[in-house]
Amino acid sequence: MKGLPPVLITAIVLVAGFALCAVQFPNIASTRVVGNLLTDNAFLGIVATGMTFVIISGGIDLSVGSVIGFTTVFVALAIERWGVPPLLAFVAILAISAAFGAAMGAIIHVFDLPPFIVTLAGMFLARGASFLLSTESVPITAPVYSTVSDFALRMAGGGRLTAIAIIMLVIVIGGALLLQLTRFGANVYALGGNRAAASLMGVAVGRMTVRIYMLSSVLAGIAGIVFSFYTSAGYSLSAVGVELDTIAAVVIGGTLLTGGQGSVIGTFLGVLIQGLIQTYINFDGTLSSWWTKIATGVLLFAFIALQQGLVALARRPAAKSVGAAS
Amino acid sequence: MTALLPRRGLAQILALIVILAVDRVVSPQFFDLRLQDGRLFGSLIDVLNRGTPVALLSLGMVLVIATRGIDLSVGAVMAISGAIAASLADTHGLPVVLAAALGAGLICGLWNGFLVAVLGMQPIVATLILMVAGRGIAQLITEGRIVTFSSPDLVWLGNGAVLGLPVPIAIAIGMLILTAAVVRGSALGLLIEATGGNARASELAGVGTRAMILAVYVWCGVCAALAGVIAAADIMGADANNAGLWLELDAILAVVIGGTSLFGGRFSLILAVLGALIIQTMNTGILLSGYPPEFNLLVKAVVVLAVLLLQSPKFSGIAAMIARLRGTKA
Repeated sequence: MKGLPPVLITAIVLVAGFALCAVQFPNIASTRVVGNLLTDNAFLGIVATGMTFVIISGGIDLSVGSVIGFTTVFVALAIERWGVPPLLAFVAILAISAAFGAAMGAIIHVFDLPPFIVTLAGMFLARGASFLLSTESVPITAPVYSTVSDFALRMAGGGRLTAIAIIMLVIVIGGALLLQLTRFGANVYALGGNRAAASLMGVAVGRMTVRIYMLSSVLAGIAGIVFSFYTSAGYSLSAVGVELDTIAAVVIGGTLLTGGQGSVIGTFLGVLIQGLIQTYINFDGTLSSWWTKIATGVLLFAFIALQQGLVALARRPAAKSVGAAS
Repeated sequence: MTALLPRRGLAQILALIVILAVDRVVSPQFFDLRLQDGRLFGSLIDVLNRGTPVALLSLGMVLVIATRGIDLSVGAVMAISGAIAASLADTHGLPVVLAAALGAGLICGLWNGFLVAVLGMQPIVATLILMVAGRGIAQLITEGRIVTFSSPDLVWLGNGAVLGLPVPIAIAIGMLILTAAVVRGSALGLLIEATGGNARASELAGVGTRAMILAVYVWCGVCAALAGVIAAADIMGADANNAGLWLELDAILAVVIGGTSLFGGRFSLILAVLGALIIQTMNTGILLSGYPPEFNLLVKAVVVLAVLLLQSPKFSGIAAMIARLRGTKA
């Protein structure tokens, strides 16, 4: 599979899509729109970075949307009702998410259960817990929030690179480096490629599984904090269904859902493509929001079919040499 | 179908009895039934009636899971079929409405089955596509509005009565009998279990695994469409945003509680339906007890985890080890 890497295809789709949008609505090609695109999808970019690790390792994490919801409620209540300093609240929620992810990873490994169903239980648990905390939307009025919301770097052309967009970019770059340059990243690929082989090669499978789900939950926690900055409120129903957008972004970004292949940068491009569809629909004005879902579904299908084709192509020579009938 | 209820179902039946007993403690009138206008009323009937959509979904889901697959799109298929039924109800007769709605479910199932069986996609991913896009399609049909209707025929499907039983319950029982007769009355069930147990070996042994997989997804789509029509008939309208939302998870949960392994192979239709009833009895119990309905999700999460741990071979290994250690000590 040394031909056209999936990430490149994603990049081409993004650029072509952006060009098409820009031809129809010249205003889209401005740093203002790009800045908003990054801000609006900041939480998605963060949580998708964590999901990339999970999916490359051959797993899946359905609990991320609920963890975001729980985080927003927890942070809002801690700051507004319990009088906890914001920074301490952030540390506390990240510790809780880390423990939550570690527990899911441990259950998956120790009891040898499918990640899909364990994280599904985690999804119920986190969403239920956030309902228990509060079913109402809790506005956050702490001064930190307005400072962070007001902070932005000016870009040429009047665009604003907001604080949460910067956080997202830092995490995406950090995630990409972690995946590509460290032993941890190499182990993630090894796990997704072949779990048994990785174990025989000396990868501590159990410890890796726990850490990968921990990473995903912590990033979901950070995404939740960013989401609370974005909306200045905590609401137990926020980010319902985000796990699907996240998985879609990861797949569109060229990561193989069977694990073993993929990249954080591709995921980031996938997030941008989804954001671009949303932006296009907003610009058009006559299209309704449900077209976003249909367009995402079509893209999802196109990319998975493409992956399937690439995998089939890669396997063909081997199958021929063995003489196996297909 | 006596062979369907051997020792295997004991845990599920006991669980249901325990939950029913708890419900009885929480609400003394729980088992009261009364006949009014030719239809039975009471908490028990309520449990059955509200459990119908998930029970129908689990009928299709259990077959899909038996082939080692999963269908995440059933909730979206419910929304699509409900939207179609509601849009046609006031202008067309019931047969046309049903044919259109169930036909849509059939096409959705064919699409999923095609992706899994022919293109060889992972079931989670293949059905994720329709799960994401399906709700958009449903909104396209209703044009984003909540479509209401007043056709008495369709309303009867959701609120009428047959021999004292609410129609949805009668339909669910009918579908259970039909599915059981087709699947267990022939070798089909065995072939499905073979496909899930080891697809490659079954293929070599001459089982048409592709046709088998295609068929279970189609059946799952049809069951979901029927559940969607009933859900729409129940509220006399179609809400593309909320119809069947998260019910795919309840359906999977019902199948898991029913003891069918997510790794495919042996399955039980009746235990899956029992699983759906256990979930609904829990929901109703929580409502009756006056706890906020938010507890539902927490309780469900704990139940899933407990059932999963009990099913895990590792867990039974550890439990056996502990028992042995205790035995040697005593």
